[in-house]
Amino acid sequence: MAYVSLILGRVGKAVIVLLAILVFNFFLIHAAPGDPAAVMAGEAGATDQQFLDDLRERFGLDQPLPVQLWRYMSGVLQLDFGYSYRQQMPVLDLILDRLPATLLLTGAAFCISLLFGIIAGTLAAMRAKRPSGSIIMGLALLFYATPLYWVAMMAVLVFSVTLDWLPAYGYSTVGAGYTGLAHAGDVAVHLILPALTLGLFFMAVYTRMTRTSMLSVSQQDFVKTARAKGLAPGVIQRRHILRNALLPIITLAGLQAGQMVGGAVLTETVFAWPGIGRLMYEALMQRDYNLLLGIFFFCALLVILFNMLTDVIYRLADPRIKQGAT
Amino acid sequence: MSEPIQESGAPLLRIERLALALPEGADRLYAVDNVSYDLTAGEILCVVGESGSGKSMTANALMGLLPTGVHVAKGRALFDGQDVLAMDEISHRALRGRRIGMIFQEPMTALNPLMRVGEQIAEVFEAHGLLTPRARKEKALALLEEVRLPDPASALRAYPFELSGGQRQRVMIAMALALEPELLIADEPTTALDVTTQAQILHLVKDLQARRGMAVMFITHDFGVVAEIADRVCVMREGKIVEMGEAREVLDHPRHDYTRALIDAIPADVVAAVGRPADVLAAVERPADVLAAVERPGDAIPPQRDDKDSSPLLSISGLDKVYRSSGGWFQPKREVVALDGIGFSLGKGETLGIVGESGSGKSTLGRCIVGLNRPDNGEIRLDGVDLSALEGRELRAHRRRIQMVFQDPYASLNPRIRVGMAIAQGPIANGVPKAEALAQAQALLATVGLDGGAAERYPHEFSGGQRQRIGIARALALNPELIVADEAVSALDVSIQAQVLTLLDDLKQKLDLSLLFITHDLRVAAQICDRLIVMQKGRIVEHGIAREIFLSPQHPYTRELLEAIPGRRDAPEPATAAAGVL
Repeated sequence: MAYVSLILGRVGKAVIVLLAILVFNFFLIHAAPGDPAAVMAGEAGATDQQFLDDLRERFGLDQPLPVQLWRYMSGVLQLDFGYSYRQQMPVLDLILDRLPATLLLTGAAFCISLLFGIIAGTLAAMRAKRPSGSIIMGLALLFYATPLYWVAMMAVLVFSVTLDWLPAYGYSTVGAGYTGLAHAGDVAVHLILPALTLGLFFMAVYTRMTRTSMLSVSQQDFVKTARAKGLAPGVIQRRHILRNALLPIITLAGLQAGQMVGGAVLTETVFAWPGIGRLMYEALMQRDYNLLLGIFFFCALLVILFNMLTDVIYRLADPRIKQGAT
Repeated sequence: MSEPIQESGAPLLRIERLALALPEGADRLYAVDNVSYDLTAGEILCVVGESGSGKSMTANALMGLLPTGVHVAKGRALFDGQDVLAMDEISHRALRGRRIGMIFQEPMTALNPLMRVGEQIAEVFEAHGLLTPRARKEKALALLEEVRLPDPASALRAYPFELSGGQRQRVMIAMALALEPELLIADEPTTALDVTTQAQILHLVKDLQARRGMAVMFITHDFGVVAEIADRVCVMREGKIVEMGEAREVLDHPRHDYTRALIDAIPADVVAAVGRPADVLAAVERPADVLAAVERPGDAIPPQRDDKDSSPLLSISGLDKVYRSSGGWFQPKREVVALDGIGFSLGKGETLGIVGESGSGKSTLGRCIVGLNRPDNGEIRLDGVDLSALEGRELRAHRRRIQMVFQDPYASLNPRIRVGMAIAQGPIANGVPKAEALAQAQALLATVGLDGGAAERYPHEFSGGQRQRIGIARALALNPELIVADEAVSALDVSIQAQVLTLLDDLKQKLDLSLLFITHDLRVAAQICDRLIVMQKGRIVEHGIAREIFLSPQHPYTRELLEAIPGRRDAPEPATAAAGVL
């Protein structure tokens, strides 16, 4: 069936893209100066060449690059992402350990930005000529233009330091030993600031985009048809204008969703959130090749998955797209 | 100005001294100025005028759909005794759709692309809080049957993009009629449709009107349509009513010059005149340029052939083109045969018309000749060189020789590029120095009848007719031997159409060009073409000398096209068998 062949074709392409990304990243990482052995030796204070050579031999770094690539790739094909000598743990375990925290943060930020962005954009479009509409757009522009780290630091300053409403950092209260619902509540309170900070930029983007899109859709002929039917303004806005205006938002949301794993480095660092972003930053500083490659792999995997998901959603939302775009 | 109404009782709609103010900075103060007319139940009133005459504005005011910036300055519009212009929004909304229905010009964009047809019809009942969801659906089905859509049950579940233009317009009519309104406003509902489809839709509107006893306000620019359906006519120009009266009376004895000009601008009379020898005498009084089509000698090859070699400029043989779309999720692969074994030739200095309805493959043919599409098989020989076999640099060198004028004067000019530059770009790409090309563009603008300052302006500062002149200047810039005009005047008002056609014809003579004129409109083809090719479903069904095709069409399809032209006084009712097949 055409449906099955389409999915198979997509998956086939995705696998090829993933492998290509791995190879590319592999060479990119090895092109950077220094290697894990040098970093570890430096930290240990040893400059002994013999020690360095031993380390390199243990990590397999003494082999020619193509051999290293071959070993790594054949491992990946068996879902073995190697061992992080720095963290003394298998890469897969490390990533899977950190992944939930990151997905929780970015997922929350995604939902917040999409939901509030569309609501604010709709309001701004309906009040395009009134002061309230201008205020919404002014705020959107402010959040759009302000750097993320600055928003994060100011949020901590106001809501944690001055007002003391919300915790300034971390995933949960250390040593509180909450369980069940209490734990969930504790995490949720910790989540608020980082998720809002991370979501603000995209919220502003969605607001602006929804407004523009709604205003242009409201000029179209079928809106006039809807009015000629005698429909109430609210129904016209929701059913005719907003639905059509959301199509370009889906594209953008797909892009944002693709950044869910790798896009939160800054926020996780500022708020000491134990996610993939911080793990990646540490791995980069320590030249932890296997770990870095593993994280890159997961980032790429998620981007590809969300791209496919966006395509599917787009097809559901717009009946005009029937052909298997390739 | 309003005529006395013969019937007893108050009219359904009475418009009294209505004035609608335009926003400041418009070309005039009022969109409509001091307009009064009545409309009685069971009557079809045609409001006629060209674009910008304000003919749609009154209707939009009635529906509360005035564009932003336009507002009611004075006057009343009494619908069943109530002034709709003074109503609050909620009572006005209760009127819309329920007692006054409206259909619009563009069936392609007037339906929500994301909603199924059935939902959109059911929405009318929902808007007025009528019926249960199930009953709404049944009613929608009944309505689709009433407007004679083929396979109404599946149309109910279809999305608008799955229907043709004529089918969508039927859906619009079903929607407007859902609540049995007393007044139906039709704003150019057939302008965007093929001629046979137009005839069917007109027939449908008239039929439904008679059965339901509605009043219909039919807005159009086309006196052919008026002759077809109107009881009374109201002619508007620059916001004012210039003439009003019984349809027959106005058509036969127009009192105002403007009305006469509009009626004369319709080449339908030429066709009709050719068709019936008795009327040829009557046609003698018509303007010379309209008559030219009738009186031009019917040579297949024009007089210039004597001093040139007799080989044709363009000769096409065995041209095939199939569009293939890869299969979708649940759909098999689709193939559309656009061209099927097309062959013809075009002499130097000749004008060849290619006539057909949408989907006949005529535009694909034009695009293949210009080189925008590649044919699957066949030859396109220009002066003996097979263009379809050329590639890259060689092809580009030959492209200069064939230029195109496009249909949509609004979309075919880049809005961010000054007109002079838009014309000069072609020559610049072919190595002419920029200054020289720009100077040449100035001269070309003068040739097509625009002033020299035009080069410095942007496309949006021009009207549709002026833009089409710019499009012609752009095509001329490369000194082509052949111009392909794809529906070049279809988007223009009739009087502007006549001007642009005259211009094309003049230029053709002056510059010794050949012209391939693609159109769906037989009336336009009648004015300009020496020979005609009639296309249907990718094949040539009839070809010959233009005049002879009009006099005695051989193929049934050609006859159908001719008969569908509105306003032919002896036109029979469109075949009911064909009514459902759009």
